[in-house]
Amino acid sequence: MPKRTDIHKILVIGSGPIVIGQAAEFDYSGTQACQALKEEGYKVVLANSNPATIMTDEQIADEVYMEPLTVEFIAKIIRKEKPDALLPTLGGQTGLNMAVELDKRGILEEFGVELLGSSLDAIQNAEDREKFRTLMNEINEPVPESTIINTVEEALTFADEIGYPVIVRPAYTMGGAGGGMCYNEEELRTTASNGLSLSPVHQCLIERNIAGFKEIEYEVMRDKRDHAIVVCNMENVDPVGIHTGDSIVVAPSQTLSDREYQMLRNASLKIIRSLGIEGGCNVQLALDPHSFQYYVIEVNPRVSRSSALASKATGYPIAKIAAKIAVGLSLDEMKNPVTGTTYACFEPALDYVVSKIPRWPFDKFTNGNRVLGTQMKATGEVMAIGRTFEESLLKAGRSLEISAEEFFLEEASELSTEVLNHRLEKADDERMFLIGEAFRRGYTTNQLHELTKIDLFFLTKLHAIVQLEQQLGDHPWDIDLMRKAKEKGFSDQALARVWKSTEEEIYTFRMKHSLVPVYKMVDTCAAEFASSTPYFYSTYEEENESSVSSREKVLVLGSGPIRIGQGVEFDYATVHSVLALKEAGYEAIIMNNNPETVSTDFSISDKLYFEPLTLEDVMHVVDLEKPKGVIVQFGGQTAINLADGLAKLGVEILGTPLEAIDRAEDRDKFETTLSKLNIPQPQGVCVTSTEEAIHASETLGFPLVVRPSYVLGGRAMEIVYDYSDLKRYMDEAVRIHKEHPVLIDRYMTGIEVEVDAISDGETVVIPGVMEHIERAGIHSGDSIAVYPTQRISQRLKDICVENTVRIAKELGIVGLINIQFVLHQDNVYVLEVNPRASRTVPFLSKITGVTMANIATQVMLGKKLTDFGLTDGILPEPEDVYIKVPVFSFEKLRSVDTYLGPEMKSTGEVIGADKTIEKALYKGLTASGIHIPTAGSVLLTVADKDKEEMLEIAQRFYQLGFDLYATGGTGTALLHAGLPVQIVEKIGAEGKTVLDVVKQEQAQFVINTLTGGKQSRSDGFRIRREAVEHGIPCLTALDTAKAILRVMESMTFTAKAMPKKKEQHV
Amino acid sequence: MFGKGMGNMAKRKLILEDGTTFVGEALGSVKESIGEVVFNTGMTGYQEIMSDPSYCDQIVTFTYPLVGNYGINREDFETIHPSVKGIVVKEACHTPSNFRSEESLHTFLQAKGIPGISGIDTRKLTKIIRQHGTMKAKLTAADASSLAAVQELQLSELATDQVKRVSTIKPYVVPGRGERIVLVDFGMKHGILREFTRRNCHVTVVPYNITAEEIIQLKPDGIMLSNGPGDPKSVLVAVDMIKGVLGKIPLFGICLGHQLFALACGANTLKMKFGHRGSNHPVKDIETGKVYMTSQNHGYAVEEATIDERILTVTQYALNDGSIEGLKHNHFPAFSVQYHPESAPGPQDSNELFDTFIQMIQQHTKRERV
Repeated sequence: MPKRTDIHKILVIGSGPIVIGQAAEFDYSGTQACQALKEEGYKVVLANSNPATIMTDEQIADEVYMEPLTVEFIAKIIRKEKPDALLPTLGGQTGLNMAVELDKRGILEEFGVELLGSSLDAIQNAEDREKFRTLMNEINEPVPESTIINTVEEALTFADEIGYPVIVRPAYTMGGAGGGMCYNEEELRTTASNGLSLSPVHQCLIERNIAGFKEIEYEVMRDKRDHAIVVCNMENVDPVGIHTGDSIVVAPSQTLSDREYQMLRNASLKIIRSLGIEGGCNVQLALDPHSFQYYVIEVNPRVSRSSALASKATGYPIAKIAAKIAVGLSLDEMKNPVTGTTYACFEPALDYVVSKIPRWPFDKFTNGNRVLGTQMKATGEVMAIGRTFEESLLKAGRSLEISAEEFFLEEASELSTEVLNHRLEKADDERMFLIGEAFRRGYTTNQLHELTKIDLFFLTKLHAIVQLEQQLGDHPWDIDLMRKAKEKGFSDQALARVWKSTEEEIYTFRMKHSLVPVYKMVDTCAAEFASSTPYFYSTYEEENESSVSSREKVLVLGSGPIRIGQGVEFDYATVHSVLALKEAGYEAIIMNNNPETVSTDFSISDKLYFEPLTLEDVMHVVDLEKPKGVIVQFGGQTAINLADGLAKLGVEILGTPLEAIDRAEDRDKFETTLSKLNIPQPQGVCVTSTEEAIHASETLGFPLVVRPSYVLGGRAMEIVYDYSDLKRYMDEAVRIHKEHPVLIDRYMTGIEVEVDAISDGETVVIPGVMEHIERAGIHSGDSIAVYPTQRISQRLKDICVENTVRIAKELGIVGLINIQFVLHQDNVYVLEVNPRASRTVPFLSKITGVTMANIATQVMLGKKLTDFGLTDGILPEPEDVYIKVPVFSFEKLRSVDTYLGPEMKSTGEVIGADKTIEKALYKGLTASGIHIPTAGSVLLTVADKDKEEMLEIAQRFYQLGFDLYATGGTGTALLHAGLPVQIVEKIGAEGKTVLDVVKQEQAQFVINTLTGGKQSRSDGFRIRREAVEHGIPCLTALDTAKAILRVMESMTFTAKAMPKKKEQHV
Repeated sequence: MFGKGMGNMAKRKLILEDGTTFVGEALGSVKESIGEVVFNTGMTGYQEIMSDPSYCDQIVTFTYPLVGNYGINREDFETIHPSVKGIVVKEACHTPSNFRSEESLHTFLQAKGIPGISGIDTRKLTKIIRQHGTMKAKLTAADASSLAAVQELQLSELATDQVKRVSTIKPYVVPGRGERIVLVDFGMKHGILREFTRRNCHVTVVPYNITAEEIIQLKPDGIMLSNGPGDPKSVLVAVDMIKGVLGKIPLFGICLGHQLFALACGANTLKMKFGHRGSNHPVKDIETGKVYMTSQNHGYAVEEATIDERILTVTQYALNDGSIEGLKHNHFPAFSVQYHPESAPGPQDSNELFDTFIQMIQQHTKRERV
């Protein structure tokens, strides 16, 4: 069926900011979709509020709108652009919900916008629990016994009927937010109440527990002519009970016989047909391990995280094909882009095993509740390909970049049997490592099956890994065993541990025996047809299929899994670097392990190696390809961390020399550099005991920034305001890591300024200087950033610019550099220097039109900035104001404290752009999910040190007509200031407490600052968490509150009485 | 597998006609074996594939690297005595996990006397077959002389009597109350029989060399020509039989049955370079324009240029290489497909063809009665 000619302009809705449950996969699918539609000659209008994405690049769509994804703004875009159609199935749950909302408000009808891909009926039939169940009953597909509830009481009644445990699934929430397994009435009460409040339609599904069933997914596609195919099926290693986003997943399924495979395939195809979806769809099924009984768990009528994974696992570009189907093309008339000769209407055959392991944020949120369940908690994922299950799993394991080896976690050996068993049974983020530990302790596969319910197939394989490890231990330096170990995916690091050697020795030994991997192609067809896809993975076998060209090559290292602190913005920079290399005539080779991203789309680079980013794996590619050099600047800390090892092995690092990286990252060397340049930084010292710390504080003075020296990225960093705080921190730090010193710096309060620059060593160009709304002390990734700067004087700005130029030149930066300054008492201090691409590269690139990663890449290849007509200093600034607002995923992460500090907590970001700062802030905040009310109440509970500042804020809220609630101390201060306030009790007291205000959702905002003392700390924590559970913005920085006030003041009129004629004036 | 006890598997060799040698571990029986080496791209269904008589005299390479994961059960056989000459896998699973599993791949192959090899680069082997076409190969001990084996392979002729060996010797009846079907067994997969019994048919399974007269005496409502191994031109006796029943009794051919039907209608068949073997082959129906995923296993195909359009109509073709996948007779109630609508293993998308056949029978019977 040819493509439609009755539509010309198509609106594509992206998925907005990265949050847990909706990550980079939608940048990948959205980018593919936009390109596919353009390829077919349609005009594409894109709406997405996330500036860190490739899809919002100007060349991806004809018109890009980086506006909030709310009905209000999308309607404006529709009014202005008058698209013929809307494609909502590529922007995740956000895109889908937006389509439903636009339809409900009659906007689609009013402007004659047709919905492509999935009809509204299809969306509702898949998403609305009741309609879905009705449909499944109609087509005779089994669903677990369940009921729809709108009240907690209904939930309890149903559970009494069918018995516990039951699962709660809120309707229309992403990543299963608010859901969970309940084993008793108390748990059900809490979860159901939480789920109802999180569901936009106040609806939850309560369902029979089928935990322990095999969880199988089918990625299916269907076109208008009713062709329906399975692109990939996948099996969750973790059985039903753990969200698929939090499960280790393998593709294809491993334990299903053909009968089971076909039975579930038939069900999946029947479902996509009955829904009438034109495009991609994900069907999740539960299969009884002891019979043919199965249940349909869930259907996503859109491309999803799983479809991105399936695309990377098979090579089949689901989003691209789905977009083309949406405009009328059918599967049998499109070519399979991988082979180029066969058709898209077929089912890929894999001749390898794919493993996906989620990446959880618990290295940052050590206090978070790590237990896995039906609510997704992972921020990202890694994928690996191997010719055996063990190889693919271990490769994925070492791609995680956590402080563990691929299948070995040192700390696990210290766990008591009781704790080990408990954690194995409950399942948390470290379960795979704990299984390894259990086998090392002699557990049997049956014992572990009892505890984990994981299929014996997988457990036997894991057991064999440990057995091989033990065999290796008995036979050091046995080359045959070593070959076997490499075939099973063991890293040199693991061998070094087992053989009490070093990675270098293992590597050398291996090279001596020519034990190196070969590379196999991902071709969708198991080698049945010739293909030329430049998509490879390593394995230890005979034939190498990656033929090395004679062209000059550059290897770009990607940034690995999405995690807090290293998000999609690094993938953005990586992709741009690759494109720049291609433009410059080099063969651009990329290595990465994140299946969600654009960078791992094989059509982006000249060659893609889907591989772990460890020194060993990178060296194998380097040894084969012999590139001119390796680029490490764009892959975040992942790539930077590899620079040293690569250089030591004689690999050329392009751009900023290693020595410069070291001078920026090593504290002492950096201090020397700055003092040489006579550029100030906050005073600091390094201590190893509480006594030393107290002593140091006497000279430095409070407040202080304290952090352990062994971690990067602000982890475990805190601001302490007094002796007791410092003592508490030091006691804890010393207790945990005796040998590691603690760094103590003066905390200089003031406006924080962030500068991104490109340098070729001679010229330093600054595309933009940004100012943060929140004063220094809050991680730059969690601060609202404003460009161009609004509050700082030209003189201080000039100093920032000048110092950036001087530092970049002194260090000899070739490429990108990011510097953070604090403006304290009319002075500019350097806080941090990052000799690499920063988080703000895409934000600034898009606003200024300076493609920073592209230029930086060219500079690394030898071009001079003067060749681009650029000179030292800052580029002209625009009239408009651009705001970057962080977005958090706190509602998905139980027990994580939400207060903002030096440790980064946000998962994503949005942009707000407009003529004035107020309007831009409004857009940014709205896009980030904060509703800006014009009336209501605010709850204030702040630390003593903040009371004075709080008064001004309270006054302004009051002027806007807000009611004020406050706790004791704060309330008294307000009363003294003459403000009417309703004082509420502390937690635990009788009468109306501060928690009641939050629970009953009587306030639109909570303003809470961090107080000292253990009790008030934990009270504050409960208030903040309660606010999150109830969807109330909780502002922990007064600057954020002021920014919001500024917006509200600009959009509302205050009611102000005429001044009274004062007696004495008469 | 490197668990204790499995570590000392004997080494084995797979030697191809062109001299390429793969060294791996023994799997199943350790006897020597010569066959035509082919590959199948299905990711599930090894039990059905190994027991499909169409693989008679062939050494089957599984492109999916892990084979044996769900073991061998008592239900999924396509014949009682597998006639495959050997199995080639990347990794065999010795500790299968599935509720129906009765034994492991290894013990099954041992019991059936089928040799195999594991631990080799099966993708490399597949690419060789793709590039050079199917060839003869030998499974032997690791210390055997490769040179001698290559000479032996080059001198040896592949047998042409496979159908005779795998077909039933005597006719037998699977009773039912519905349509009476004569199922000619050229190496029938049980799946075909299953589809008819599922539809309550009365099935008489007969040997490949049955004559037209013998069939007519059975007074069937329809004739099913089964799948089977080898070159259709080695079974010319069946071509005569088909000519004798054509137009008298509705007829449906699958795989080898399809090729024999074509030969009986004057068309020619050719050996393909490496054939179609897998569960993901798209086939386009010309009339409806729709594409179906099919399960395939054939090394020969009907030559399009030799089709007399006055007699036969091409109904379906393979989307990827354009080869003929379906035929129907222009005047008589007879049609055939190159693929396996009974699946087992593979997608069940074209299962309705059995219903189409039964409808054809019913219409024919009605017409006869009028």
